[in-house]
Amino acid sequence: MTATRTEAPPTAPTRLADVDLDLLLLIRHFELSLLDMFGRGELHGTTHTCLGQEYVPVALRPLLTDGDFVFSNHRGHGHYLARFDDPHGLLAEVMGREGAVCHGVGGSQHILRDRYLSTGVQGESAPVAAGVALHLKRAEPGRLALVYLGDGTWGEGAVYEALNMAALWGLPLLLVVENNGIAQSTPTTAQLAGSIGGRARAFGVDHLRVTSTDTAVVRSALGPVLRRVRERCTPYVVELLTHRVGPHSKGDDNRRPDELAYAKAHDWYARYAEAYPEQFTAHDERQRAYVAQVVREVTGRPASRWAEADRG
Amino acid sequence: MAERVVENLNQALHALLADDPGLTLLGEDVVDPYGGAFKVTRGLSTRWPDRVRSTPLSEGGIVGVAGGLALAGQSAIVEIMFSDFVALAFDQILNFASKSTAMYGRRVPIRLVVRCPTGGNRGYGPTHSQSPQKHFVGIPGLSLHEVSPFHDNRTVLAGMLATGRPGLLFEDKVLYTTRMYADGVVDELFRYDLIGPDADVARIWVDDPGQADCVLVVPGGLAARAVSVARELLLRDDIVCQVLVPSRLWPVDADTLLPPIARAGRVVVAEESTAGGTWGAELAHVVHQRLWGALRAPVRLVHSADSVIPTAAHLERTVLVQDADIHRAVKEVVSGD
Ligand SMILES: Cc1ncc(C[n+]2csc(CCOP(=O)(O)OP(=O)(O)O)c2C)c(N)n1
Ligand SMILES: [Mg+2]
Repeated sequence: MTATRTEAPPTAPTRLADVDLDLLLLIRHFELSLLDMFGRGELHGTTHTCLGQEYVPVALRPLLTDGDFVFSNHRGHGHYLARFDDPHGLLAEVMGREGAVCHGVGGSQHILRDRYLSTGVQGESAPVAAGVALHLKRAEPGRLALVYLGDGTWGEGAVYEALNMAALWGLPLLLVVENNGIAQSTPTTAQLAGSIGGRARAFGVDHLRVTSTDTAVVRSALGPVLRRVRERCTPYVVELLTHRVGPHSKGDDNRRPDELAYAKAHDWYARYAEAYPEQFTAHDERQRAYVAQVVREVTGRPASRWAEADRG
Repeated sequence: MAERVVENLNQALHALLADDPGLTLLGEDVVDPYGGAFKVTRGLSTRWPDRVRSTPLSEGGIVGVAGGLALAGQSAIVEIMFSDFVALAFDQILNFASKSTAMYGRRVPIRLVVRCPTGGNRGYGPTHSQSPQKHFVGIPGLSLHEVSPFHDNRTVLAGMLATGRPGLLFEDKVLYTTRMYADGVVDELFRYDLIGPDADVARIWVDDPGQADCVLVVPGGLAARAVSVARELLLRDDIVCQVLVPSRLWPVDADTLLPPIARAGRVVVAEESTAGGTWGAELAHVVHQRLWGALRAPVRLVHSADSVIPTAAHLERTVLVQDADIHRAVKEVVSGD
């Protein structure tokens, strides 16, 4: 079964509680700061920002409990910040400074903390999450394993092997697909035949497509889905049509101006600013300043250390 | 100034596609204007839109499709975005492409090259920095090559395809932006030439190619590092080190590599991978077996630490092979007798 929720045109965003707005803005400014730092040569390696997609983990935040397992991917800073109020630990991880969540070993895309894990090989997490879901089903009923994955990651066979087992065994596995219409440089139309809904259907797995980028609307659409996964112990595919406002990693965006303008037109940030200027301006300033302070603080820290005992 | 390695590779691919209308190139994000994650395939899809294709994220599938093209008598080159993900194509390489050349009791040509951007030192972290060459050593029917600043990639790639057997081409990511060496000149002290029946081994020497205190054998990715170590050894320690860089790692071209090693009687082999079942260990075995009496010291291997590759630069350095590790190994081997 595939359901689509097409919401009102992107002109009237719902007014958000301050805590949601703050989190959205924290993620936004965190990501912008990373790109700035790369631009100034203060970061090395690579990073994938979630600019434009911040609302996805923010919408999910109150629907998840600490007992749920979250599997993130390469574009995971928002996923992490929505789960843990810890921009310092994440930035330290990206910069390899003291206080890094994984001592600077994992970096931007390999993070493990409590029941949160990310890794850099696309699709690899899906069967692993199915394994975790199998355990949760037996040992902690009512809890679920959530996997964030992009549209492009549906090219990997592991995703289908996971879906098949999850459907056969009735596993509480929730696939949250951030369909931003592109994989690195390749448009979804050039890398995905048929549809994600059709693929879910082929396994007898329910699918919900959400087109809104409004945090409140997305949250209310997803609430019943998570309840169902928990109560019925069944896999589910949620597909969020979203928009990558920034580059794939840094400075690697070859989209045409009209494609970029389209993504930008769907960006929640400008629309929210326009709709609720007073609330927005105050919070935006505060989060911008907060992130700047986090950057100053973490930049001043010494390099992270990787103790012998932590070397596996 | 000579072209950069990435330009040499790019020109090689242009030339091969122009020469062979039956050649297809597949890989993630390889088409223009993006031109591949490391820009190696720039301009190719504009000239040959039908034969240069961006694929879905399906490493196993892509290498399988390339194997199918090869089975149908065509040639195929696949780009794996990061060589770490060639693990996803291992079955196609091990059980289809390399086996099919022989397992039907007669020779089936498979003209297939899988290009693998490899190695660390760029801060990409544990799943984007590995050197997986060793996992492919010793597979019947499969050859392993590595890009070097001494070997023209058009010759290398054309040679690989011409064997009618599949091969992997490892491309150290740090090399891409460095320059090729040209005209036999490395710097004001060192010269190089290409030796062996296929001119496959680059030999870098100072003063006299027939004389060295020690031979340092490295794959292409470590070539620049080995040359800078040889320079240091000469200037600081008065040790004459000859560097050998084979383009083909596997099968080992022992007939070309062994004579200079025998003359020096001392050899160090350095690789960026972790130890254990490596190309270097296989080379050491051949040297020990064939040159036992001529050696003045056991073969010395240099590897990265037995560790995942951390992301942060200051940690990554402590794990990956550094110039100082190679330098120390040569000094120890030379001063050991
Ligand atoms: C197995 C594997 N192949 C290729 C890559 C390189 N890579 C990282 S992200 C990416 C694109 C992913 O696209 P999508 O799933 O749509 O996620 P998005 O980047 O759009 O968030 C690619 C090709 C990888 N990390 N893992
Ligand atoms: Mg995408």
